[in-house]
Amino acid sequence: MAPIARLLLLALLSTALTISSGSGDGYTINGRVKIPQGLGTKGFALPGKTSNVKVILNGGQIVTYLRPDGYFLFQNIPAGTHLIEVTAIGYFFSPVRVDVSARNPGKVQAALTENRRGLSELVLEPLRDEQYYEIREPFSIMSVVKSPMGLMVGFMLVVVFLMPKLVENMDPEEMRRAQEEMRNQGVPSLASLLPGGGRN
Amino acid sequence: MAIRSFLILFILFFFSSLNPILSLYEDQVGLVDWHQQYLGKVKQAVFHTHKTGRKRVVVSTEENVVASLDLGQGEIFWRHVLGSNDVIDGIDIALGKYVITLSSGGSILRAWNLPDGQMVWESSLRGPKHSKSLFLVRTNLKIEKDNIVIIFSNGRLNAVSCMDGEVLWEKDFEGESLKVQQVIQPPGSNLIYVVGFASSSLFEMYQINALNGELLKHESAAFSGGFLGEVSPVFSETVVALDSTGLILLTISFQNGKISFHQMPISNLVKDSFGPAKIIPSSVTGIFAIKMNAVTIVIRVKDESKLEVVEKTNHETSISDALSISEGQQAFALVQHASHEIHLRVKLAHNWDDNLLKESVKMDQHRGLVHKVYINNYIRTDKSYGFRALIVMEDHSLLLLQQGEIVWSREDGLASIIDVTTSELPVERDGVSVAKVEHNLFEWLKGHMLKLKGTLMLASPQDIAAIQSMRLKNSEKSKMTRDHNGFRKLLIVLTRAGKLFALHTGDGHIVWSHLLQSLQKSKVCQHPIGLNLYKWQVPHHHAMDENPSVLVIGKCGPSSDAPGALSFVDTYTGKELSSLSLVHSVAQVIPLPYTDSTEQCLHLLIDADKHAHLYPKTPEAISIFEREFSNIYWYSVEDDNGIIKGHALRGKCTGEVADEVCFDTRELWSIVFPSESEKIIATVTRKLNEVVHTQAKVIADQEVMYKYISRNLLFVATVALKGSVEIGSVTPEESWLVAYLIDTVTGRILHQVTHHGSQGPVHAVFSENWVVYHYFNLKAHRYEMSVIEIYDQSRADNKDVWKLVLGKHNLTSPISLYSRPDVITKSQSYFFTHSVKAIAVTSTTKGITSKQLLIGTIGDQVLALDKRFLDPRRTVNPTQAEKEEGIIPLTDSLPIIPQSYVTHALRVEGLRGIITVPAKLESTTLVFAHGVDLFFTQLAPSRTYDSLTDDFNYALLLITIVALLAAIFVTWTLSERKELQENWR
Repeated sequence: MAPIARLLLLALLSTALTISSGSGDGYTINGRVKIPQGLGTKGFALPGKTSNVKVILNGGQIVTYLRPDGYFLFQNIPAGTHLIEVTAIGYFFSPVRVDVSARNPGKVQAALTENRRGLSELVLEPLRDEQYYEIREPFSIMSVVKSPMGLMVGFMLVVVFLMPKLVENMDPEEMRRAQEEMRNQGVPSLASLLPGGGRN
Repeated sequence: MAIRSFLILFILFFFSSLNPILSLYEDQVGLVDWHQQYLGKVKQAVFHTHKTGRKRVVVSTEENVVASLDLGQGEIFWRHVLGSNDVIDGIDIALGKYVITLSSGGSILRAWNLPDGQMVWESSLRGPKHSKSLFLVRTNLKIEKDNIVIIFSNGRLNAVSCMDGEVLWEKDFEGESLKVQQVIQPPGSNLIYVVGFASSSLFEMYQINALNGELLKHESAAFSGGFLGEVSPVFSETVVALDSTGLILLTISFQNGKISFHQMPISNLVKDSFGPAKIIPSSVTGIFAIKMNAVTIVIRVKDESKLEVVEKTNHETSISDALSISEGQQAFALVQHASHEIHLRVKLAHNWDDNLLKESVKMDQHRGLVHKVYINNYIRTDKSYGFRALIVMEDHSLLLLQQGEIVWSREDGLASIIDVTTSELPVERDGVSVAKVEHNLFEWLKGHMLKLKGTLMLASPQDIAAIQSMRLKNSEKSKMTRDHNGFRKLLIVLTRAGKLFALHTGDGHIVWSHLLQSLQKSKVCQHPIGLNLYKWQVPHHHAMDENPSVLVIGKCGPSSDAPGALSFVDTYTGKELSSLSLVHSVAQVIPLPYTDSTEQCLHLLIDADKHAHLYPKTPEAISIFEREFSNIYWYSVEDDNGIIKGHALRGKCTGEVADEVCFDTRELWSIVFPSESEKIIATVTRKLNEVVHTQAKVIADQEVMYKYISRNLLFVATVALKGSVEIGSVTPEESWLVAYLIDTVTGRILHQVTHHGSQGPVHAVFSENWVVYHYFNLKAHRYEMSVIEIYDQSRADNKDVWKLVLGKHNLTSPISLYSRPDVITKSQSYFFTHSVKAIAVTSTTKGITSKQLLIGTIGDQVLALDKRFLDPRRTVNPTQAEKEEGIIPLTDSLPIIPQSYVTHALRVEGLRGIITVPAKLESTTLVFAHGVDLFFTQLAPSRTYDSLTDDFNYALLLITIVALLAAIFVTWTLSERKELQENWR
């Protein structure tokens, strides 16, 4: 119920977000952070509550927070080109370059610095959501085969089934000679190691 | 050829394994990492226990944190760390559902939703003048169901609606010299009194209608004696102040608009006067306290002018604010400190002689004195009042006392860490029992079968939970002995309160803590400040039986010539071995790479008069030092004047300081940056204990480049004077940034590069032969990171084998820093998305493992970025050979891969520093990030190539072996049978 009410509220609110010349010595930057529902919620309960979102001006000069409707406000800002960063766990926001000029107050000149896209109004949306964890891949035969153990088994299988084929192709005479040689050298063959291997 | 192809294969294998640089599965959280949340020293606390439901206490702290804590356990419900210059001035709870905070010198007022910490509204308050006096007044005033909060800041009185933060009315106090001392709102009336001093001897009183801000009365009266310091309100129309000598108490009453003074010399109240007094303001009706030296005197005010001493004590005393418990009754708490105990008394304001509550609580003496106390009441089952007290100790810890016991305590001193070092744990001896992990083969097999089920995705949810708890509970990691891989260490941290903690790297628990004597307030040292922490004794090889110890360096007071203080602390037991109050100041500490026979490290302390003092002060240390006398060089940076100087030693101290360990110094060189155009904003050197594995770097076409590795390289960044301000106020044309590489022995500038249209802040890290720095590019309006690598060219022609064979190489020629080094530098710049708070680099025991940069971003996360992304040899289209070498195609910005955040989904709020310590295992480095929160993890920048991972499946290995054996037997019998048949044929 609450989100619906919030959405209605958002629809009712005007979207005119401007830089206005405040009373006294500076300007006011007024904007809004919009985190689309559904983004980043697949599978993980991301702690991306709006209460944990910070909006940072000029690398930490002023830090402010979002109101429940997502709006934020920087007051008393001198004219110049400023940088606004949004930090929210689970989302990647591009920093925004905001020009506050003394000549034409009330005009927004904002652009995302990551992709140089201009913003007609100061509504900041995440470029993408951030998945901090690897997703465990479901069990597959390939992963077992690729694991060191799988490779070991594979190698053994190759030895067991392909080597005899290679041996078969050898000249029987030569083979016998080789075997003789081996026996003379006293190299223990696999068969002799096994129980009962000494019979032959 | 074969070798080459093998190499390619190997590299390809390596490459493929490197692609996801660092990654963590969600179920691996907490296996090697831990995260602790803190608040900082509590400045103000407000209880919220009226309604049924969760009982809370809302606190604001010196780390600019506002947080809501569970009163039952002390856990954090929610917490906000405000910006570093957004200091919280006051907090309150309004309407029973909002937390109101006043911050930034009284100019920002915010309301937070009490249950979840969501910001509800924010309003900014301006005033006609900047003043230090700030007040947030709690009122019960109601205007149409709305509470108002009265705020005095910057010379203006504001009434703000608690519902939406709207300023209902405001009233300026223009008087040039008016210093407002108190804003008093008598309960139950619609009046506000603003009292203050104008010039030095005029007392001013304004009476204002709280509903509309109308000025009702303005009176002033002169007092010839003048005023000193603060005033304490005792009744709604009476305040107490001190005259300018601090010897006479003034009771100022302004009843019915008539101001009257009553003088009372303190000597009349107390027999033996102790010099000038200081008022400790309290909000308790009719009672205030003064402090003279170490003596606290509590005074009761009777009938406007009669003063009466009710208590005089030598013990440190804290008085809480008044708590109204029922109609017209106010209670307050007094906490007194006596060696091992604290005495808590709760009294009614109008009845001093009786105690509502009297309790003694045993207190660890390493918590120091009680600094603040807040009380809250509850109704016991027998309908009497019970009280709980929240106390803030000298070591910044926060404790809740109830019924004579400590219900919970929080070590919030750990939110303000000044310096960190590490210490090894004791070696496991025969007597020490080995962990009971492999107690039972069956249990062991069962565990591994569970794991196997987990990997085969056959495990039920209960099984998964069992696996997870089994992994987290692994008792190995928090053992108190040294391990083979060097993962278990002690992190020794020094906090701003002057307390030393030892944290275990396994699970972050506090092994011991010690409040340092040398950093405590004393007669000789009024404002001690902790500075640094060094390893003093690192026993290995010989002197193995000694315990390792650390050296804590502090000084008395913020000035540069304040005398220093040293402490030596045993890291196994946490005992302070000795402490020294120095006669000289400490401007710079140089840990020398020499140790004496007991493995004590030699340290050189440079004082403000440029004398060098050697520690330890032993003849042996002096003889070692004198041997290396001519090899000791250091530099000093004076950022205010823009001068960097190089120094060396000259000889024993001459003149009045006749000390064996004192040495005179001489200036070798100095670099003066033009003060009108350049300002030093960052200087970075290599870490002293960094290990470099090889000087040679083999590049793609079998060429060798030699890294220029010198411990004496200094990176300096300067900006144009106009660019030294914050982003947003300079244009690209008027700002530039210059990066220098300076040799600190000769003072020679080896490299210099100018970034036009750039400005600070600069964060840099220096390692091996490269430096990486982060700055702001005003033209692109993005952050940039640059890398400079420096290579030694003088060895480049040694590649010829024949030269080596014939001995015509220059490898044996002496290397001197006085000869002009033949170096070349390569550099490259990339865009980087985020602002940066800190940069560090991973370090490993032997320096073989590739490096990662650890970047603390503005979002308080720590990002691991492979150094290969910051390689000046990156090109847009790398050749095949370069690809084989592992050069990544050039992109204009550095990638931010979410999986490579080492802090994963956590934040290290208020991040200040990142420390890396090598483990014994070459592949692994230990990372500790600190700020308001602490975070620790293990990192393997090139994966753990030298050990099996934690989730290595031994059961699968066993099964494979069994299967192989079975296969051998089966094939053997088969072959046997076949042979037999063949023989029969």
